[in-house]
Amino acid sequence: MKRVVITGAGTINPLAHDVAGTLAAFREGRCGISDLDIRDKDRLAIQIGGQVHDWNPESHFNRQQIVLYDRFTQFTLLAAREAVAQSGLNFAGDLSYESGVILGTAGGGLTTSDENYRAVYEEGKNRVHPFVVPKLMNNAAASHLSMEFQLKGPSFTVATACASSNHAMGQAFHMIRSGLTRAMLTGGSEAMLCFGGIKAWEGLRVMSKDACRPFSANRNGMVQGEGAAVFVFEDYDHARARGAEILAEVIGFAMTADASDIVLPSKHGAARAMAGALRDARLNPEDVGYINAHGTGTAANDKTECAAVADVFGHHADRLMISSTKSMHGHLIGGTGAVELLACIMALREGVIAPTIGYEEPDPECALDVVPNVARQAKVDVVLSNAFAFGGLNAVLALRRV
Amino acid sequence: MTQSVQERVIAIIAEQAVIDPSEVGMDQTLEDLGIDSLGLVESIFAIEEAFDISVPFNANDPKESSFDISSVASIVAAIEGLVAAQAA
Repeated sequence: MKRVVITGAGTINPLAHDVAGTLAAFREGRCGISDLDIRDKDRLAIQIGGQVHDWNPESHFNRQQIVLYDRFTQFTLLAAREAVAQSGLNFAGDLSYESGVILGTAGGGLTTSDENYRAVYEEGKNRVHPFVVPKLMNNAAASHLSMEFQLKGPSFTVATACASSNHAMGQAFHMIRSGLTRAMLTGGSEAMLCFGGIKAWEGLRVMSKDACRPFSANRNGMVQGEGAAVFVFEDYDHARARGAEILAEVIGFAMTADASDIVLPSKHGAARAMAGALRDARLNPEDVGYINAHGTGTAANDKTECAAVADVFGHHADRLMISSTKSMHGHLIGGTGAVELLACIMALREGVIAPTIGYEEPDPECALDVVPNVARQAKVDVVLSNAFAFGGLNAVLALRRV
Repeated sequence: MTQSVQERVIAIIAEQAVIDPSEVGMDQTLEDLGIDSLGLVESIFAIEEAFDISVPFNANDPKESSFDISSVASIVAAIEGLVAAQAA
């Protein structure tokens, strides 16, 4: 089996339009959740979100590209350009055929759907722009990355709601580990902060109207975010041979299905996913220093996740750190695991653990070290990144410092 | 709106080709102007929006459509016909 390393990272999210700015925000415990700036906001009960502000697609794409790229594709391309530039890879010759792209998204081009439903239903128009389908399809971002970087190997999009990015990155990991490919662009993207996208979530009544406070006793729901993160996963030998800088090693991955409820999380499903990732990476529970939690800030997720951690790690659960960066960038749904992987890489490389901000009151059902409010210096060798989706589909990645 | 149909169609085609309207020749094809199949359907959409007409064009088999896209002149003539038919 091949070893798999990360040699490039890129992002745009509510905290910053690049990795450096995002990590600075993590270190400062800065909140990127703000008042929403969208059409028909006055008809929404939810007025806040982790929105990407100051986004000018014209600075990055030409007119023909903009008419073809939904917001989620634009975010993906920006993040991918940063990741590929950092990796120094040029996907030419044989490498082009041995590289692909696997991305996660839940809503795909939801903004495009929203705008065009509005045009035909609300405004009564009988004609829509010819690019509606190529813009809204969930694989649009993956396809545009394949075109921009000439990735001609296995490429597709994964949709497992809030675990989409982790499932996508797990597939990329498996492909390189098995020798099927040598390099992969992987991660995820989401741009659901439009009227319909928020109205749908409102309906579920799991949204907070004021803040995302994971693990805090007074938490009152999740806050939606948007953005993307993309990574270059690469065969370790390939990366070493060309002298690439290695950000971290991906050492394990596991997926499970709760097979129980379409929205309620299951402790057993989450625990099996974490235990599976440890087994896959040949780790003991004591090896893990930090877990980037799914930590949505809902009553159900956070207590279930903490109970699952306690089950898997036993006494070590009280010694490891677990934080949710969703408190800062919101829940990026299908893109969330990718942005959160940045906090894992920061923990391994810089020895800085991103905090859970907005933490106000201890909850006896979440009695773990959640790194409240302030980032912490700590040397960790191994981290896990959790993602537990609606529909009971769980995906956990294990990473190691190199 | 004092522009002629021809001027408005040429302006739409020029925008799609990212050139100045003065650079569009009546005997040129869309291919000459660097407009691909996606650019063509986007041009037709823009023309339909501009004149509030419905252009009979099927991307599956452009040659079988009654709408002649063989040159800028043929497109302008076809649009003039559609606009006249709509006004009648």
